[in-house]
Amino acid sequence: MPAVRIKDHWREQRLFDQRALICAVLMGLATVGLIVRLFVLQVARHDYYSDLSQGNRVRTEPIPAARGLILDRHGEVIAGNQPAYQLELVPEEVPDVAATLKELVGLGLIRAEDVDELERTIDSSRSFDSVPIRLRMSDEDVARFAVRRFEFPGLDIKTRQTRWYPNGDLAVHALGYVGAISEADLKRIDRAAYAGTSLIGKLGVESAYEQKLHGANGFREVLVNAQGRSVERQGAFVPNLKTRPPTAGDDLMLAIDLKIQRVAEDALAGHRGAVVALDPNNGDVLALVSLPGFDPTLFGRGITAGEYGALNNDIDRPLFNRALRGTYPPGSTIKPGIALAGLTYHVVDPQARKYCAGAFHLPGSSRMFREYHNEKHGYVDLDDAIARSCDVYFYGLADVLGVDRIAAFLAPFGFGQLTGIDISGEKPGILPSREWKAKAFAKPADQMWFPGETVNFGIGQGYLTVTPLQLAHYASIIATRGHIWRPRLVSAYRDPHSGEMVKVPPITEGEVTGVSAEDWQRVVHGMIGVTQRGTAAAIGRGAAYTFAGKTGTAQVFTVAQNERYNASAINERLRDHSWFIAFAPADEPRIVIAVLQENGGAGASAAAPIARKVLDAYLLGADGKLKPAT
Amino acid sequence: MIYEEITSGSRTRRTLGGAARVLFALRIDGPLVVGLALIAAYGLVVLYSASGQSMPTVLRTVGRLALGTVAMLLLAQVNPNFLRRSTPWLYLGGCFLLVVVAVFGHIGMGAQRWLDLKVFRFQPSELMKLAVPMMCAWYLHERPLPPGLGSLLVLSGLILLPVALVVVQPDLGTAALIAVAGALVIVLAGLRLRVMAALFALAAVGAVFGWSFMHDYQRKRVLTFLNPQTDPLGAGYHIIQSQIAIGSGGVFGKGWMNGSQAQLEFLPERSTDFIFAVIGEEFGLLGLLVLLALYVFVVSRAVYLATQTQDTFARLLAGSLALTFFVYVFINAGMVTGLLPVVGVPLPLVSYGGSSVVTLLAGFGILMALYSRRKLIGS
Repeated sequence: MPAVRIKDHWREQRLFDQRALICAVLMGLATVGLIVRLFVLQVARHDYYSDLSQGNRVRTEPIPAARGLILDRHGEVIAGNQPAYQLELVPEEVPDVAATLKELVGLGLIRAEDVDELERTIDSSRSFDSVPIRLRMSDEDVARFAVRRFEFPGLDIKTRQTRWYPNGDLAVHALGYVGAISEADLKRIDRAAYAGTSLIGKLGVESAYEQKLHGANGFREVLVNAQGRSVERQGAFVPNLKTRPPTAGDDLMLAIDLKIQRVAEDALAGHRGAVVALDPNNGDVLALVSLPGFDPTLFGRGITAGEYGALNNDIDRPLFNRALRGTYPPGSTIKPGIALAGLTYHVVDPQARKYCAGAFHLPGSSRMFREYHNEKHGYVDLDDAIARSCDVYFYGLADVLGVDRIAAFLAPFGFGQLTGIDISGEKPGILPSREWKAKAFAKPADQMWFPGETVNFGIGQGYLTVTPLQLAHYASIIATRGHIWRPRLVSAYRDPHSGEMVKVPPITEGEVTGVSAEDWQRVVHGMIGVTQRGTAAAIGRGAAYTFAGKTGTAQVFTVAQNERYNASAINERLRDHSWFIAFAPADEPRIVIAVLQENGGAGASAAAPIARKVLDAYLLGADGKLKPAT
Repeated sequence: MIYEEITSGSRTRRTLGGAARVLFALRIDGPLVVGLALIAAYGLVVLYSASGQSMPTVLRTVGRLALGTVAMLLLAQVNPNFLRRSTPWLYLGGCFLLVVVAVFGHIGMGAQRWLDLKVFRFQPSELMKLAVPMMCAWYLHERPLPPGLGSLLVLSGLILLPVALVVVQPDLGTAALIAVAGALVIVLAGLRLRVMAALFALAAVGAVFGWSFMHDYQRKRVLTFLNPQTDPLGAGYHIIQSQIAIGSGGVFGKGWMNGSQAQLEFLPERSTDFIFAVIGEEFGLLGLLVLLALYVFVVSRAVYLATQTQDTFARLLAGSLALTFFVYVFINAGMVTGLLPVVGVPLPLVSYGGSSVVTLLAGFGILMALYSRRKLIGS
């Protein structure tokens, strides 16, 4: 039988006090543990948690910089920025996205074929972000939406800066265009600097001067809450958030004179070809035409596959920059160069008259080199040979010079190499020589240089190919009697700090040496003869200034692509290319020009009239008289 | 008048002396009330910021505090003997209500906890936070201490029945607090240390067993407590964000209403269970130390009062109430700082919402009643 336990109040009181003490000690330990934990969090790891908290609440939003303007030499805007209206949708505010898109299709604001793509874009966006669903709305579209806006919660029209080309396709091959930043672009740009930028220069000046035009994007730190939504303030306190305003891109002033550009494009309109006009005194590109062109705006607003396909497959190749990338035999336009070589190497007496019977034979060969259209020029001296473009004279001169001397002499004129113009895409063409031929052909039999090839070289046929830009550059060197300027499109830019226009000094690349002043003058005289009594006499008639020129006709060896469509087109496309180079006034040149009209036939009939229009436009005042030199 | 002359020295002293007499007459313990009032006032200041500057929230809390104060004042007047005699009825009534809730209860927050009494919603589990320690103290009152094995078994049953009813609601946090309140009575009654050790072992086994009965979200809480980074956007989010809030507050804090974590709602449950983190963020380590000091003061005072009572029921109940209060603070602060798993335990007198404020103040009312009648009861 267990002992009956009775209550002992004193003992129980002691027991309680003892237990209370133990509990108090435990509580003390727990409190100390808590304080240690707080110390770890708030003192030892404070910086770590501060960073996390900062990252939680601040988001950096880029502010895109305004892209620099592109102006012509008189300040007329070639490329600017324009606010464009676009329709944007905030997914979380739209009750039924699919139904809304369907209604917009019904209103003609978006295309039915774009709906799937738009739905994907909307799905992958954050629910509170404004998603553009229609770019570049016309005023009419805006009005059409505005009257029914109340039916579309969560949709709004926003304005955004887009690239704007007020002259459409004018000078597009010099200007280039901007388009959406591609994978390839991303590899070469600093992505951080382009955060917030959606368009990037793709070709021409827009691409070559991308860095200057782009400027520096700014940023704005915004406060975000846990849902990632930006909020105005937190608590009663508006925090100190950093902002860096964007620095607008530099404005570029081009050497191009839009008036001249327009005249050149109008004169060539309807044909395929190119016009390059230079200021021979500094290399300024006064006009750079390649036709047909295209509307650069298409790329800025997001070109569709269909539109791109149409441009890319067009038989006239509007995307092809003929001025820089089209390589053609120069034809007779090379003759002044050959004449200079003959004079410089003293292999020709300029006064000596040679007989032209319409054909040329190499000694000991039966192969006949014919005159163009089998003309017979009779007795011609150097001056006549240039003016009347006597092939026989130059066949003989080339043969006497030999390919090595011709190639060596022509090299400083820029043949076979890039002119160094300040936009990319230029082709070097071919300046043939024995070494070139040895490298260019695989079979040993083909690597030999034949004397007949030198003969053809003398009249600019055969392997020699040039771009219109190169030919203008060459004409410019003749015009300045040997001075070489690197062609340039951009002549000044706005200094980002002072806001002033800073001139870009022209770049000289030395001179063609070894040619005497008399010899330059003899050749120029022959070229003046071209426009006065020679092949382009009809074009030079009535000019208010003396000008030097040279016609050229390039045989079409290869047939252009895509010509299976149309038999009559093939015929047209087999015709010779028409060339004309000129500079004026002949003794104090202010402008030099090279005109190419593809399949235009003889140079005198197609290309030369275009050149005359451009020269008149540039040189004559409103009174029809030569403007005084500036 | 004579009394006044004796105590006169300065006007302040007279005033204090007058206040002390009023408190004495009301059977209120001055230091304890001052401590509680300071915590509540601090809590209201924090709540204004933590609720996103919501005055209605603050006013509702003031209302609850007033209700709790009334309960405290009324309970302080109750004769402890009456309290003791009515304990079994309170306990049985509470258990009955828990059963009612389990069957008909209003479904709030995905769990059945509420009893809609039209006027206000009432959680019987809150009642049990008081009724269970009272019942344990009642049971041990007449029995010799330390309790024998038979008593322990009965007490375990008395505790586990309501705890089980609350677990099925399911409300793990409250169930744990009820169990703790009951267990503390047994500990204070002089439970032998080796029995305690045995019970700990048993609890460990029970935990493993309990795991199999846990809801998924409860298991998840335990798992993310062990490694919050496993689920940074899910269940671990609470713990990570509250640690960022506290840690980024540093020593001095970001300032009132300037806690970015709290104000921008990165911190979940910012005005309720995680309000401790808001204090840490906006008032820093210093703010938290002040708060902890207030809590320690209140608990110390309450434990002191418990040791001054003179019968078993009063001692055990008062001691349990005092210690439970500390357990609340520790569990809440522990979970917010990542020391303990996330269980829904509010920070006493500071967290917004629920009827816990009323229960807590009612408990302190009982404690004061037990203390103030210490000379009228007992042997």
